[in-house]
Amino acid sequence: MSGRVEGKVAFVTGAARNQGRSHAIRLAQEGADIIAVDICEPVPSIEMYPPATEEDLAQTAKLIEELDRRVVTTKVDVRDSAGLQAAVDAGVAELGRLDIVCANAGVFEIQPALELTDSAWREMIDINLTGVWNTCRAALPHLVAGGRGGSIVITSSTAGLKGTPNTVHYTAAKHGVVGIMRTIANEFASHSIRCNTVHPTGVNTVMIQNEKTWGLFEPDNAHPTRESAAPIFESTNALPVPWVEPIDISNAILFLASDEARYITGVTLPVDAGYTVK
Amino acid sequence: MGKLEGKVALVTGAARGQGRSHALRLAEEGADIIAVDICAQVDTVAYPMSTRADLDETVAEVEKLDRRIVAHVADVRDEKALNAAVADGVAALGGVDIVLANAGIASIGVAEDGNEAAVFRTLIDINLTGVWNTVHAAAPTMIEQGRGGAIVLTSSTQGLTGRGGDGSGAMDGYCAAKHGVVGLMRTFAHWLAPHNIRVNSVHPTGVNTPMIVNPVVESFLAESADVGDALANLMDVPVIEARDVSNAIAWLVSDEGRYVTGTTLPVDAGFVVR
Ligand SMILES: NC(=O)c1ccc[n+]([C@@H]2O[C@H](COP(=O)([O-])OP(=O)(O)OC[C@H]3O[C@@H](n4cnc5c(N)ncnc54)[C@H](O)[C@@H]3O)[C@@H](O)[C@H]2O)c1
Ligand SMILES: NC(=O)c1ccc[n+]([C@@H]2O[C@H](COP(=O)([O-])OP(=O)(O)OC[C@H]3O[C@@H](n4cnc5c(N)ncnc54)[C@H](O)[C@@H]3O)[C@@H](O)[C@H]2O)c1
Repeated sequence: MSGRVEGKVAFVTGAARNQGRSHAIRLAQEGADIIAVDICEPVPSIEMYPPATEEDLAQTAKLIEELDRRVVTTKVDVRDSAGLQAAVDAGVAELGRLDIVCANAGVFEIQPALELTDSAWREMIDINLTGVWNTCRAALPHLVAGGRGGSIVITSSTAGLKGTPNTVHYTAAKHGVVGIMRTIANEFASHSIRCNTVHPTGVNTVMIQNEKTWGLFEPDNAHPTRESAAPIFESTNALPVPWVEPIDISNAILFLASDEARYITGVTLPVDAGYTVK
Repeated sequence: MGKLEGKVALVTGAARGQGRSHALRLAEEGADIIAVDICAQVDTVAYPMSTRADLDETVAEVEKLDRRIVAHVADVRDEKALNAAVADGVAALGGVDIVLANAGIASIGVAEDGNEAAVFRTLIDINLTGVWNTVHAAAPTMIEQGRGGAIVLTSSTQGLTGRGGDGSGAMDGYCAAKHGVVGLMRTFAHWLAPHNIRVNSVHPTGVNTPMIVNPVVESFLAESADVGDALANLMDVPVIEARDVSNAIAWLVSDEGRYVTGTTLPVDAGFVVR
């Protein structure tokens, strides 16, 4: 049976690990070749969880090759628009086309609003908002030139639909990408280029599985753990689960990227166990 | 193996159009079907509605896929008949896991002089109260079974915008009912989440079915150019196919959508974002 995105090429940012890796693999399982990029380095204002590494990105590439799909990887920062453009151009030159974009790279940090430094604000906006635009900017000329349409999926968050304390920079950026999505959906519809956002609730990755995030959910516990925080996470979702897995986001993105969703565009799709409806 | 192997799906309005397409799409993924349709004309509807022969055709096509189907003629406004149809299907097929509240009408093109209130009320009765009846006919069984489940309510772009409104009972009733369906979806999502039953709504733009592809609607749109413009899609496609809505529903009700609940999913070629 042919895959749901057979013969297509997907560009995935933040592909070194966790959700980005999962998206790359899920798309490859369904027949896509992958252009994978990641910063593979620490970002100064992000202190609560460890950065991805070049080994992580190499491991993503290995897992894709084991699926008999081709992969082109580049270590590049989504803030570096020229570097990002070069990475996409090189990927398209090697793989022959571009159809799917997953603007997934992002960072997260918890900070009370009035303690946020200028540089932490700027770094967050630069990566999580401008980085998403840079990603779309680098990819769109290839999608247009291909003349076959395309599908862009931007990873926002429930914080792109709802406000939460202590994350003003993250929440602002994640709301901002919805504006990018809605504009692209309108501006490129005539090229059959679709653009949608996904809005995950907590996903089981280091981004939330760290002591500072557990503490946000359990402010009265001096030594919060994954186990002690889980019921509080669960109480924020409607469905009886504390968080979802990267594969759940990948399955939503695969659907949006595939022809099954050929007329879905301009949509904010929560994959959030009912967080935003609660 | 199909994504819905071993599941049973209740589909209302299954005689033709989107309901038939959903029944077939889910059956392709392995589900057995409980099909319900009124198979009769409603007098505030200007286009011909489905017939028993249409429902029989759905049955034949599902059976061709080697899936079981129990079909009943019932009006979603008639709680008793609906409950009996669902109970019979549940008994025959071993439960119910999926509910698609899809049955609905439009009253575009109906002569309303002095009849506005009846047009409005019938739209609310079928397109809103009928959805409420449908979910309540199945949910107690789903809760009792304890095996989770998924419910999709068919709203419309008219459940998210009022574009094209013209003060007629037909437009007001349709838009109000389809917005009301979103309210039901959200409250059901809360009610049923502890039972691992997910509830979402889909919002199609114009779909290539007898509801809008008929001489009555075509001449209405031709005569009201403003409304026609207001109802144009963002993507360059005049209407989508029933299959496009079925694909979205098949994804929502499968395990791939296991943590998607409480969402309004447009399948609308960019109608709402335009
Ligand atoms: N984990 C959650 O609970 C959660 C919830 C909602 C949304 N998200 C979003 O999902 C996306 C993926 O996060 P994850 O959970 O997989 O976390 P993660 O930290 O494991 O993955 C993010 C990846 O992006 C890369 N990255 C960060 N900054 C970059 C930059 N400037 N340029 C290039 N690559 C960069 C990182 O190196 C990392 O590999 C992020 O956009 C995040 O905001 C996460
Ligand atoms: N076709 C469109 O452009 C469009 C767009 C958005 C939403 N919708 C919605 O999609 C759903 C399916 O419509 P369709 O396009 O397949 O049209 P359709 O007329 O082909 O199908 C609707 C089916 O519902 C049945 N039905 C109507 N009233 C009923 C009742 N009281 N009890 C039981 N069955 C009843 C009809 O007999 C028919 O078989 C409806 O809810 C409609 O409002 C349609």
